[in-house]
Amino acid sequence: MKRILILGAGTAGTMMANHLRRNLSQDLWEIDIVEERSEHHYQPGYLFLPFDIYTPDDITKPVREFIPKGVNLVHDHLERIEPEEQAVVMSNGDRLHYDLLIIATGTKIAPEETPGMLGPEWQKSIFDFYTFEGSLALRNKLREWEGGRLVVHVTEMPIKCPVAPLEFAFLSDSYFKNKKMRDKVEITYVTPLSGAFTKPKASTALQHLLDEKHIHIESDFAVEHIDNDSKMLVDYGGRSIPFDLLVTVPTNKGDALLERSGMGDDLNFVPTHKTTLQSKNWPNIFVLGDATDIATSKAGSVAHFEAEILTENILNYLAGEPMKEEFDGHANCFVETGEGKALLIDFNYTHEPVEGTFPLPGIGPLRLLKENRMNHMGKLAFRWIYWNMLLKGNHIPFVSAKMQEAGKAFD
Amino acid sequence: MEKTIANTLLSVNEEGYLTDFSQWNEDVGEALARETNISMTPRHWEVIRYLQREYKNEVALSIRRIGKSGVVDIKEFYQLFPIAPLKTASKIAGIPKPASCI
Repeated sequence: MKRILILGAGTAGTMMANHLRRNLSQDLWEIDIVEERSEHHYQPGYLFLPFDIYTPDDITKPVREFIPKGVNLVHDHLERIEPEEQAVVMSNGDRLHYDLLIIATGTKIAPEETPGMLGPEWQKSIFDFYTFEGSLALRNKLREWEGGRLVVHVTEMPIKCPVAPLEFAFLSDSYFKNKKMRDKVEITYVTPLSGAFTKPKASTALQHLLDEKHIHIESDFAVEHIDNDSKMLVDYGGRSIPFDLLVTVPTNKGDALLERSGMGDDLNFVPTHKTTLQSKNWPNIFVLGDATDIATSKAGSVAHFEAEILTENILNYLAGEPMKEEFDGHANCFVETGEGKALLIDFNYTHEPVEGTFPLPGIGPLRLLKENRMNHMGKLAFRWIYWNMLLKGNHIPFVSAKMQEAGKAFD
Repeated sequence: MEKTIANTLLSVNEEGYLTDFSQWNEDVGEALARETNISMTPRHWEVIRYLQREYKNEVALSIRRIGKSGVVDIKEFYQLFPIAPLKTASKIAGIPKPASCI
């Protein structure tokens, strides 16, 4: 019997466990998945938790619930991967041999990368919302905050879900309006990019929304340190931005496991072929989700599209056939814009987000790059889809792994 | 799009980045620098040549990597190219806008 080992039972790893168990004979292939946590979090919910839109219960379920029969869930801490030995080593010294390895260890925040971020003001006036704990602490802070300068900040790219900080700024505007204290809050969005987003057409649409909501933007800002005494973000050029409440997205790095194993780049992301998702260094190692270094968004939708394609590729690889399925960088993201509306963006390596209809060309019902209520309903409905379809590796009707060009307004 | 700089007709994109690196030479770099009010010193050129080398080696550029390059630290990089240094320096170097922004 041969063994497939999956590292990480987050969105990407769980989907792969479901896909592969369905497609491979139990007599020939053992599948093990290693995860140190016992709870699976619906990570898009971290955005809603601070505003009391979701409760912790809404976004938490046991990891085990989503691991299919016939897959062994190994609840353990990974020490290192030994790719030459085809083995992983646990922190208690246990070794697991593999024939094929799938790395799905995701990305984590690294606030320690920015001097002053973890200083005395951490979780007093400096918060993140990329962890459950951070998001919950921020909820408690917002409940009692009386206003002042709110700064929403991105430290450096790449980050998981690059639209999330913008959504945070939009939802803040709504939240303070509803609390009848918008006039007491000044909202500033600080980004290392030259504009609101990474892709030109979406950036223009999002800039328009920032203006409409009176959110001031400070672009091209590369933070050097945070001064806790004067409560200021200071950049390498000496520019400084004062805050009363800082909501920051710290540097994102791949899991420290990759650093310990000498398999990551300078941010611990794993060098990966962008179309096949095979490791660039070891043919029997595949990588998906936020753990890769490929130039697409780090997002659940990307992991979902990758999982469908990677499954085909792995089946071909195991059969000794050429891997023909090619990942195109497809990402599909709802962007909450506040006041019960959202917009939707759909793009890949070569096509930036444009206007159009989704998922049915010419019909929709969702509209691309346009703010409306239907898109917001879509975003809320997505939590159900995530728990009930996506994690279980079910295909979502009408939504293809490769991006469709029909129904979109390209120049 | 086309643009004449330093008496040379160049192809550029809508943001002013050269689309054909083979059209670049030091006079072009000098002229592009003047457009952003930077006067080139030997130190500037060292950084520009480093960026061009990395581009030829297909290494994705980021502020973080430049800080660790041993060629220049981030503080000095900002002193040399004060506003949006990586984008400005890439433009002067005749290489594409850094793709580290995903």
